[in-house]
Amino acid sequence: MTAQQVRTHSIDMSSVLRTQKKNEEPNEVCIKVENLNLFYGEKQALHGVNMEMPKKKVTAYIGPSGCGKSTLLRCINRMNDLVDNVTIEGSILLDNENIYDKSVNVAALRRRVGMVFQKPNPFPKSIFENVAYGLRIQGVNDKRILEETVERALRGAALWDEMKDRLNDNALGISGGQQQRLVIARAIAIEPEVLLLDEPASALDPISTLKIEELINELKEKYTIVIVTHNMQQAARVSDYTAFMYMGELIEIGTTSELFTNPRKKQTEDYITGRYG
Amino acid sequence: MKNLMIKTWFKSGTPWVWLNAAAVSACLIMVVGVLGLIVIRGVGHFWPSPVVQFSYQEKDGQIQTLIGEHVDTSITPAAMAKSTGHIMADNEETLVQYLIKSGNRDITGTDFRWILKRNIQQQQVPDDLMVVERREWGNFYGHLVAVKENGKIVAQGADAFPAAQTRIAQALAVFKDIAHLEKKQVGAVNYSLEQLRLEQKKLQLENRWDAAAEQRVAAEKAELEVAYKAYQSQLSGLYQQIRKDSLVAKTENGTELEIPLSKIVRIFQPNTMNLFNKLGHYGGKLVEFLADDPREANTEGGIFPAIFGTVMMVIMMSIIVTPFGVIAAVYLREYAKQGFLTRLIRIAVNNLAGVPSIVYGVFGLGFFVYILGGNIDQLFFPESAPAPVYGTPGLLWASITLALLTLPVVIVSTEEGLARIPKSMREGSLALGATKLETLWLTVLPMASPAMMTGLILAVARAAGEVAPLMLVGVVKLAPTLPLDGNYPFLHLDRKFMHLGFHIYDVGFQSPNVEAARPLVYATALLLVLVIVGLNLAAIIIRNNLREKYRALEG
Repeated sequence: MTAQQVRTHSIDMSSVLRTQKKNEEPNEVCIKVENLNLFYGEKQALHGVNMEMPKKKVTAYIGPSGCGKSTLLRCINRMNDLVDNVTIEGSILLDNENIYDKSVNVAALRRRVGMVFQKPNPFPKSIFENVAYGLRIQGVNDKRILEETVERALRGAALWDEMKDRLNDNALGISGGQQQRLVIARAIAIEPEVLLLDEPASALDPISTLKIEELINELKEKYTIVIVTHNMQQAARVSDYTAFMYMGELIEIGTTSELFTNPRKKQTEDYITGRYG
Repeated sequence: MKNLMIKTWFKSGTPWVWLNAAAVSACLIMVVGVLGLIVIRGVGHFWPSPVVQFSYQEKDGQIQTLIGEHVDTSITPAAMAKSTGHIMADNEETLVQYLIKSGNRDITGTDFRWILKRNIQQQQVPDDLMVVERREWGNFYGHLVAVKENGKIVAQGADAFPAAQTRIAQALAVFKDIAHLEKKQVGAVNYSLEQLRLEQKKLQLENRWDAAAEQRVAAEKAELEVAYKAYQSQLSGLYQQIRKDSLVAKTENGTELEIPLSKIVRIFQPNTMNLFNKLGHYGGKLVEFLADDPREANTEGGIFPAIFGTVMMVIMMSIIVTPFGVIAAVYLREYAKQGFLTRLIRIAVNNLAGVPSIVYGVFGLGFFVYILGGNIDQLFFPESAPAPVYGTPGLLWASITLALLTLPVVIVSTEEGLARIPKSMREGSLALGATKLETLWLTVLPMASPAMMTGLILAVARAAGEVAPLMLVGVVKLAPTLPLDGNYPFLHLDRKFMHLGFHIYDVGFQSPNVEAARPLVYATALLLVLVIVGLNLAAIIIRNNLREKYRALEG
């Protein structure tokens, strides 16, 4: 482990300072949420959320359990469509296109917006087939292309060296941390624009968590990343922007350093100083 | 004090553990008992038992010689024996009777009789007693006198038995050729002739019967008839060959009888056989039982057509029921909006599983055979009218009826399997841009396949043992041809078939010769159990492989 990495994960402020420096460049907006309301039946889960997420940056959602951060995340690739009785108002613009427009092909949208879930969910297939899954459903069956893509994706997820000799093993036989990185590899194999991470490290041990965080730092070179996390230190370590949500409302969004060092709202301050949540 | 001990004993729960253990033991004992009885009775049937010669005093005081195998013993208490008309001495407590298989039905009219133990004067097991298994009239028991060729004696005395055996071996080889020729070659010619006749009729019905067609059909017919004639002459040669030999045998009371070798399956002298001879004989009988066609109203010979029919029907049923059951379950679980209607459908499906199977038989006969089959005949086979093709019970309708019968099992277990797939798997697939159908096809269905196999296992277990509905929709006691043969299109779904379960019923209760058939009932029952176990085992092995492959559910 290099000294720099150790520093990154040992104390928060250094990474905050590092991200601060990067954020000085002007940002292109990738995802824009406009006036989003979401109802589960009668119950309103999101109240008029407005926010912008810049391209090739990491945006973290923090907030207490049940505050709607996962719900908001799942709106970005329309995963909430699967829930019965859900009503969504407002719009989310991905590259200035409303993803809730009637003409949008949901499957195509999800190819552009990949997602990784809280618990690793590899398919009960070989490691190779897991990574190749997204390509196969797009009808790619050329063995050479598949092999190249799988290698690229596994390298991208820092998993290639561990997995290159066991590509035909069942994916359920590898460790939880490896599974989660495999799932990330599976998501980036189809080259999405956005990567949604729903508490990706919450089921993992500290070492695996560390690896995932390192990975996120590398992945933001290529992808716009939105991450939901319970762990404020993690948000501070990996994200460029942080949004604080509470009771289905977006309380505050800003650069991570600003939000953690100098929150504008009292609620945010209470939460990050551990007074509730 | 004692009361308290009992109370604490009850509280400790020990009595309930014992009660459960007792119930489990009772179940196990019953299962083992059923299997044990079937195995013992069924397996023992083919073992050659000694042939005994009795000196027996008949009711009128005459002493007679009786030859036969001892099959069964019955012991009746004196009082009961008296009430059925037996004269009992005062010191006799029981009446002992033996059931003797004496064969020679063509001479005596019966081949089993009960004799009283007390009237047996003498009994011995002479070495030269011979059993002849015949194609007609059941077994013959007696002494071998001579072997004849074209009416002239060629061997007698001590040489007769070996000579007879070599000649029987030759005769059997010829018989096999004859059977093969008649069934395969001549059968194929007959089949082609019938197809030609139907083609001619079809062309006539469609007004396309012109000179060219007539010429072609006539030419083909002539060709077939030439082939038929050739087979006929070949056959008559073989018949001459097989008919030339015969053997002369003497029954217990001295009557001489000439038995043509063409009517003999095997001869043996059980009293001189050692263990290895007996084992060989047993193996031969077992192979015959498994691989041959039945003889003598199903009471002799083999049951191969019944085994074949059962397996074939179960496989057809599985092929039909699996897609329907899976599609129905997928719709109910994945696509249909859960609500009153789906609940109603589920209740209906579950109730369908409780409908008595004979009702399915009636439905199959009324709907599939008469309505569907009748219409198919009208539409596609007008040339064979008035003889039905599909408008009569057959393999296809039996398979479909049983598929309907087992559909609920497959639906229910597939649905349960689908419900057990974790949501995260579906989400994982959908998040990669798969549509719902792709997710189902690539991820959900493979993972649910063990559950589908479970459903299929239950379906097979139920279908293979079902008899009642089959009697209405396709099973017969004797089918002349198998549903699968060498004549195009090879698989004849319209044919009637034999089934082990129905065979048991037919042999055991519809047979003219119940005593002879009884051991066969056990043997057939054992075989039915083995076939079902085999089919299930195959399905279970497949399921376990699938489970191993998709064991995510346990994690």
